[in-house]
Amino acid sequence: MIVASLAFYLFAAMTVASGVMVISARNPVHSVLFLILAFFNSAGLFVLMGAEFLAMILVIVYVGAVAVLFLFVVMMLDINFVELREGFLQYLPIGGIIGLILLVELIMVIGAWAFAPEAAGVAAAPTPPIESVTNTEALGALIYTRYIYLFQGAGLILLIAMIGAIVLTLRQREGVRRQDISRQNTRPRSASVEIKKVQPGQGI
Amino acid sequence: MVEFFWAYVWPLIIIVLQILAIVLPLLLAMAYLTLFERKVMAGMQLRVGPNVVGPFGLLQPIADGVKLFFKETVIPTGANKVVFLIAPMITFILALVAWAVIPFAEGWVLADINVGILYLFAISSLGVYGIVMAGWASNSRYAFLGALRSAAQMVSYEVSIGFVIITVLLCVGSLNLTDIVLAQKTVWFAIPLFPMFVVFFISALAETNRHPFDLPEAEAELVAGYQVEYSSMAFALFFLGEYINMILMSGMTVVLFLGGWLPPFDIAPFNWIPGPIWFALKIAFLLFVFVWVRATFPRYRYDQLMRLGWKVFLPLSLFWVAATAGVLVMFDWVPN
Repeated sequence: MIVASLAFYLFAAMTVASGVMVISARNPVHSVLFLILAFFNSAGLFVLMGAEFLAMILVIVYVGAVAVLFLFVVMMLDINFVELREGFLQYLPIGGIIGLILLVELIMVIGAWAFAPEAAGVAAAPTPPIESVTNTEALGALIYTRYIYLFQGAGLILLIAMIGAIVLTLRQREGVRRQDISRQNTRPRSASVEIKKVQPGQGI
Repeated sequence: MVEFFWAYVWPLIIIVLQILAIVLPLLLAMAYLTLFERKVMAGMQLRVGPNVVGPFGLLQPIADGVKLFFKETVIPTGANKVVFLIAPMITFILALVAWAVIPFAEGWVLADINVGILYLFAISSLGVYGIVMAGWASNSRYAFLGALRSAAQMVSYEVSIGFVIITVLLCVGSLNLTDIVLAQKTVWFAIPLFPMFVVFFISALAETNRHPFDLPEAEAELVAGYQVEYSSMAFALFFLGEYINMILMSGMTVVLFLGGWLPPFDIAPFNWIPGPIWFALKIAFLLFVFVWVRATFPRYRYDQLMRLGWKVFLPLSLFWVAATAGVLVMFDWVPN
């Protein structure tokens, strides 16, 4: 399939190029826009692998929700670009170490070395071959049936993280008048409007 | 060379022709939707509406298009030029590409993919980028406020749209749009899932930034929101995108709840009329409701809009997901 391999090289090259642009763009909003382009091209790569469900979820969750919030925040930041550039090199050592660790891990994944040789067999077993079921069914059976407790546990951890973030930012202020919609709607007409018959030339 | 032609060039030509067969009627429908909107609103407000250009004003959309085309494109000096020009293109392209998976009749679909409904959901969730980028790149307070409002609004209503889609999928057992329509052979989902149908339609209004949720472009307070700095064809692309999105959301509602191309009753004379015509009629009805809502309701206040999305629709749709799943399991109606 010449078209598929052409598409692969297109998506892969675009992903890498936009990844580079994310860290090298001068304007943070442009960085986020390139990040979105990178997500989009990774979704294309997923489609080529036959993982169409993951591709769509990547677009819906990351591009459609997470990156929108990113963009939202970055656009509202008042950033001095010159100041931002100044301290750039001081983060080089730690960034370099993280990059090195990722590189070593990548080599370990691509190379034949395996920490636990039997792990590959276990990981490969749960999903039936891609021809017999659709992605959605395979993932559903795996997440919601086989590993349901782990999935629920992960969900609980995320929920606690969310509650923690809300608790940290919530502050009770005195003297705030809140709108109570049910009270507004149940207010009778007699409590809010008074009709007076005004005689001409007299006023109220 | 001959092999190459039959293997690659010929399928490409077929696909291009199919795309044109979808896009050209769509653009025509969009053009006449503007006229339809103005005529219907005029009727509701006891006016005549456009009646000067052509018989009954039928050439008005063409006159409007030509007028926009010949206007000068103005790019503000403070604008971020590339993003400013990409934004309307994104809006327009996203509005068009979503039509690839819409089934017009059984087998009449450009790309019959397994995850069709997720594709539609993904594309409609990307629509916010055109608006946010336009608002930011314009470098104007009004445009930026409009963009921020729209980002919050569209993300909020997407959540309840997602749950509504899950409810429908529970009853179908497939993410393919053709399967969703065929599952409604006995009864349209609008009847058993009526509250979800209402939630979906109202969320569609919010998702397309239509009245009464048109806060991103509220004329009275934000001039025209994100599109205030745009002129000529750049504005026309936003306009086209918005109206095609209206048709698209109506199409999605028809596929999910009103039985797609299926006739209301599978008896004569209803089943003499071909499927695509039923599909178009149902879309036209929903578009009429879009216009009806615009002519009838005042604009929501922003906090009320957020309250409706997060405190009313989200719990309601979440409850209906659980209730539908419960009923399906209880009566053993779970598909396959």
